[in-house]
Amino acid sequence: MGLLSTKDTKLITNPMNLENPITVQVLGVCSALAVTVKLEPALVMAISVTAVTAFSNVIISMLRNTIPNRIRIIVQLVVVAALVIIVDQILKAFVYDVSKQLSVFVGLIITNCIIMGRLEAFALGNKPWPSFLDGVGNGAGYGMILIIVAIVREIFGSGSIWGISLIPQSWYIANGGFYANNGFMILPPMALIMLGVIIWVQRSRTKELIGK
Amino acid sequence: MEELLNIFVKSVFIDNMIFAYFLGMCSYLAVSKTVETSTGLGIAVIFVLAITVPVNYLIEKFVLKPGALEWLLGHEMASQIDLSFLSFIMFIAVIAWMVQLVEMTVEKFAPALYSALGIFLPLIAVNCAVLGAALFMSERNYSSLAEATTFAVGSGVGWFLAIVGIAAIREKIRYSNIPAPLRGIGITFIATGIMAIAFMSFMGIKL
Repeated sequence: MGLLSTKDTKLITNPMNLENPITVQVLGVCSALAVTVKLEPALVMAISVTAVTAFSNVIISMLRNTIPNRIRIIVQLVVVAALVIIVDQILKAFVYDVSKQLSVFVGLIITNCIIMGRLEAFALGNKPWPSFLDGVGNGAGYGMILIIVAIVREIFGSGSIWGISLIPQSWYIANGGFYANNGFMILPPMALIMLGVIIWVQRSRTKELIGK
Repeated sequence: MEELLNIFVKSVFIDNMIFAYFLGMCSYLAVSKTVETSTGLGIAVIFVLAITVPVNYLIEKFVLKPGALEWLLGHEMASQIDLSFLSFIMFIAVIAWMVQLVEMTVEKFAPALYSALGIFLPLIAVNCAVLGAALFMSERNYSSLAEATTFAVGSGVGWFLAIVGIAAIREKIRYSNIPAPLRGIGITFIATGIMAIAFMSFMGIKL
C-alpha cells in the first residue's frame, strides 16, 4: 500500500481482530447491543461511532500538548459531546426514521467507552494522522461486530435483511405454511447471548486471546 | 403516590438499565469480579443517579425545553427559543460536574464512605447508565421532579441488583469446567443474557 505504511495499516487492521474493541477490550458494549435488532440502525450507528471516534481522536491529538492533565476528562467529554451533537443533527436531517429508532442511543455515543478509551490510550500520546487511523480502525472493529449481530438477528428474528423479506410470504403459518420467525431473536437477551457466542468463536480461532 | 410506586417498580424490574437497555455494561463487566466491589459501585451509581437526574430535570425544564426560558425573558421572546439541541452537552457537563462535587463533599465529610466509594466515583462520570437515565428522563417527559427522582433511584436500584447478581454468579462460576475460549468474558455475556430472560418475565406486568 503506497498511501499507508505497514505501521499505519496495522492501526486499522488490528482492531478488527486481535484488539477488537468489543470482543477483546470489552469496551463500548453499552450502546452496541440495543441497536442491533435490524441491520439499518446498526449500520447507521456503526458509521456514527466511527466518525465520532476518528474526529475526536484527531482533535484531542492536536490539543494534546495544551490540555492540563487534571481536567482532561472534561475537555474530552466536551469535544466528544460537541461532535455527537453534530452527528445527531445530521441524522435528524437526513435519516429521520432511523434517528427515531436509535432514540437515546445517539446521545449515548458520548459515554461510549471505546471513544474515551482510545482518547486516553492513543490520542493523548500520538500525532493526529495515526490517531485518525486508530479511530477509524476501532470504529470499524466495533461496527463489524454490530453488523454481524444485526444480520443474524434480522434474518432469524424478522426473516428479512435490510427490510427486504427473504422468506416467501406463503411459507408463514398465517398464510397456511410451516414457517414462523423466531421472535426471541428480536428480544434484548439474545443480543447478549449472540455476543457471547461470537467471543467464543473468535477465541477458539485465535489461541492467543484465550485467558485474557 | 401510587404513580410514584409504579414508576419505581417499572424502572427497577421492567425497564432495567442492564437487562433491557444494556446501559452501563462497561463497568458492569469490568467491576463485577467480586460481590464486595460491585456492591460499592452499585451504591455509588444509585447515589450519583439520585443527584444528577433531578438536576438535569430542572435544567431541562427551566432552560432547554422550547419556551422554557419564560421565567427569564417573558412569554414572547422565550417562545422563539429552543435550546434542546444542547441537551447532550449540558447533561454530560452536569454529570461530570456533579460527580466531581459529590466526590469532594464525600471526601470532606464522610472519609469512611469515600475510601469505600472513592475509586468508583470518577468512573461513574462516563457510565452510560447515568447519561442514559438523563436522556430517558427527557424522552419520557416525567411530569414532576418527584417522578424524575423516583425514576432515577429505581434505575439505580435495578443496576445495583444486576451487578451484584452477576458478581455472585461469577464468584461461583470460577469453579466450573467451562471450555477455555468461553472462559471469562464470554460466559459472563451468556449468563447476563440468561438473567435478562429471567427479568423479562416482569414484562407482562402493566403499570
